[in-house]
Amino acid sequence: MLSRTADHLYWMARYMERAENVARILDVNYRMAMMPQSFAQEEQTWQATLRIMGLEDAFPHRSAVVTSDAVLDFMIFDAANPSSIRSCLRAARENAHAVRGTLTSELWETTNGTWLKMRDFTPEKLSDQGVSDFFDWVKFRSHLSRGVTIGTMLQDEALRFIRLGTFLERADNTARILDVKYQILLPVGESEGGAADYHQWSALLRSVSAFEVYRKVYRDHITPSRVAELLLLRVDMPRSLARCMKEVYANLQLVSNANSAETERRAGQLEASLRFSRIEDIMRDGLHEYVMALLPRLRDLGNRIADDFLVPVS
Amino acid sequence: MTKRICYDEMWDEAGQVRPHYASYAAWLAETPEHRLAQKRAEADALFHRHGITFAVYGEDAGTERLIPFDVIPRIIPTDEWSVLAAGLRQRVKALNTFIADIYHDQEILKAGHIPADQVLNNPQYRRVMQGVDVAGDIYAHIAGIDIVRAGAGEYYVLEDNVRVPSGVSYMLENRKMMMRLFPRLFSRYRIAPVDHYPDMLLNMLHSVSPAGVIDPTVVVLTPGAYNSAYFEHAFLAQQMGVELVEGLDMFVENEQVFMRTTRGPQRVDVIYRRVDDDFLDPRAFRRDSVLGVPGLLDAYRAGRVTLANAVGSGVADDKSIYPYVPEMIRFYLDEQPILHNVPTWICRRKDDLAHVLERLPELVVKEVHGAGGYGMLVGPAATGAEIEAFRRKLEQHPERYIAQPTLALSTCPTFVDAGIAPRHLDLRPFVLSGEEIRLIPGGLTRVALREGSLVVNSSQGGGTKDTWVLEA
Repeated sequence: MLSRTADHLYWMARYMERAENVARILDVNYRMAMMPQSFAQEEQTWQATLRIMGLEDAFPHRSAVVTSDAVLDFMIFDAANPSSIRSCLRAARENAHAVRGTLTSELWETTNGTWLKMRDFTPEKLSDQGVSDFFDWVKFRSHLSRGVTIGTMLQDEALRFIRLGTFLERADNTARILDVKYQILLPVGESEGGAADYHQWSALLRSVSAFEVYRKVYRDHITPSRVAELLLLRVDMPRSLARCMKEVYANLQLVSNANSAETERRAGQLEASLRFSRIEDIMRDGLHEYVMALLPRLRDLGNRIADDFLVPVS
Repeated sequence: MTKRICYDEMWDEAGQVRPHYASYAAWLAETPEHRLAQKRAEADALFHRHGITFAVYGEDAGTERLIPFDVIPRIIPTDEWSVLAAGLRQRVKALNTFIADIYHDQEILKAGHIPADQVLNNPQYRRVMQGVDVAGDIYAHIAGIDIVRAGAGEYYVLEDNVRVPSGVSYMLENRKMMMRLFPRLFSRYRIAPVDHYPDMLLNMLHSVSPAGVIDPTVVVLTPGAYNSAYFEHAFLAQQMGVELVEGLDMFVENEQVFMRTTRGPQRVDVIYRRVDDDFLDPRAFRRDSVLGVPGLLDAYRAGRVTLANAVGSGVADDKSIYPYVPEMIRFYLDEQPILHNVPTWICRRKDDLAHVLERLPELVVKEVHGAGGYGMLVGPAATGAEIEAFRRKLEQHPERYIAQPTLALSTCPTFVDAGIAPRHLDLRPFVLSGEEIRLIPGGLTRVALREGSLVVNSSQGGGTKDTWVLEA
């Protein structure tokens, strides 16, 4: 397969996944903002959202305070923000367009249709119909394109690069959500277990579709270390780091080429370390430190995949 | 004076339906217009959803324009098609022989049949190709020959396109659409199929691979997703099952072309290029081109890769060369031309220019290097001021123009806003030249949707129709 084709497929999938994750993050914050809390807390929540996505500096500070409307507008519609949902859906569509001959017509039409529909949304429309409906729409368009991908694409290289993009993007996102939320939810010295905490933790779990999963797996009240375990180490949890890395490693092995041995080794190493880690150890050494060590390794994998497969130096 | 002044594909001069349209006309008569309108809306929706469109880009990504599709087919009877097909083969054979001759011995120039300076000073003549042998001596692998019907129904060649003719994807999609919309019509007629075109194209491309290459790798080279014909490039690559590449996907090493793949460099043997000569290789042609591949021309001249169509084939489809094609047929093939040329005045000739200036309001004047229906004067449809403006252009640069009588292009009933009404049309059959010359029955029928308009180009408000060649 052409490297450029693989590159477009990979980024098509990453942007679609990113759109979904942005919708998830905004949705959970929007819900959290409805809890009783001070303005300072609300602002802190939105600032954390920007921090998750590494967009604190890019956010145009039009007013002294960070308001939910301003963040939502920036993260949903702003064409100058490459991580806004609109920009992601557009980038997914443009990547798909560039390789439409490689996609099944169903997948192309799904991606194209999502973008065409996105253009119909306006801030006014959203405030009329409720922004949560919109986030659901984004999530379901992403579900749809994933389903169409798996249900119609030949199981060849094209599919592998799509899957690589999806899981690498998701891994990055889950790590960020967990880290930022954890810092907000558990300031140093404060005890666990209050009612507000409960709502906050359950909102976080819902943002990664893990609330019911948590109940099923632990059959017990919500504790921070179990949340961290679920999102980091549980390989049966579809959005966990362990799951994402298992998929990244498996797909990498399937596209293996003469240059990619080192990339595969690093992916395998990361996958194994997630598989064999214990949450007690992670918590003892510090969750934040753990995640901070993880993010650069994910970034390194992304760069290496680009060098080995997508934009090879001839 | 009868009401109809030009030949109609469906109705004869006495207002009787022509025999090959009888069955269709009967069906049409019993089909209410609202059903046609509903079918047309269905076709538009399907074309949109599938993205079978001309790209309009920029901030409005995704708003792409449809080429209007007309639901009433153009039908060509068996006997007419067999004459056309023979004439097209003959013409394309002569064009290929001409290009090969020009880049080698130039016998036709030495024999004085075509003025040498007109060929050698033509911007489409590529000196870098002089003396270069290409696989199978084929230059115009894919030719789109524009045919019109005029007068009492005789066919004329209006234009030869042997650079990067487009439109074949619409021919294929129109047929698919007609079969989907009107399946039962296809049991009333024996219509020659067209859907094997991608197969024929791939076979042809295989057959012209460089000497010694077994199992050649074929690619389609596109300027990219922003090109207006991108849909067709992607479509043909997908239908043939080959890679759709852009210039940056390829590189040249030791006069061999490679593409960058996820498994490392892979050799490329045949390039069906949809990029003009000027942009193919920034080292050989335009330096600012980012669409091409540096060093491609060296690999090509060394015979390590085949380009279809060949570099320099444009020397045969220039409008200033067109008047000489019948001469080529006689000279190279020793045959009489089967298809007529439209009588053409070459304005660089003094006598012709005087004649043209005298009769400007009656004539069609075209730019020699123009294409797409731009830069032309249709005398009978022009205002006095437009004619005077053109007269000045002609006097300043006569060598840039040719002129032809305004042909009364044939019409075909077409479903327009006002109902079913006659509209002018042309036909672009596609001719493939490899080891042998092959063509698909029919071609792309383009129709001028504006009443009275003779300009069928999609850039000028033209649409398309499915083209049915009847089988005996």
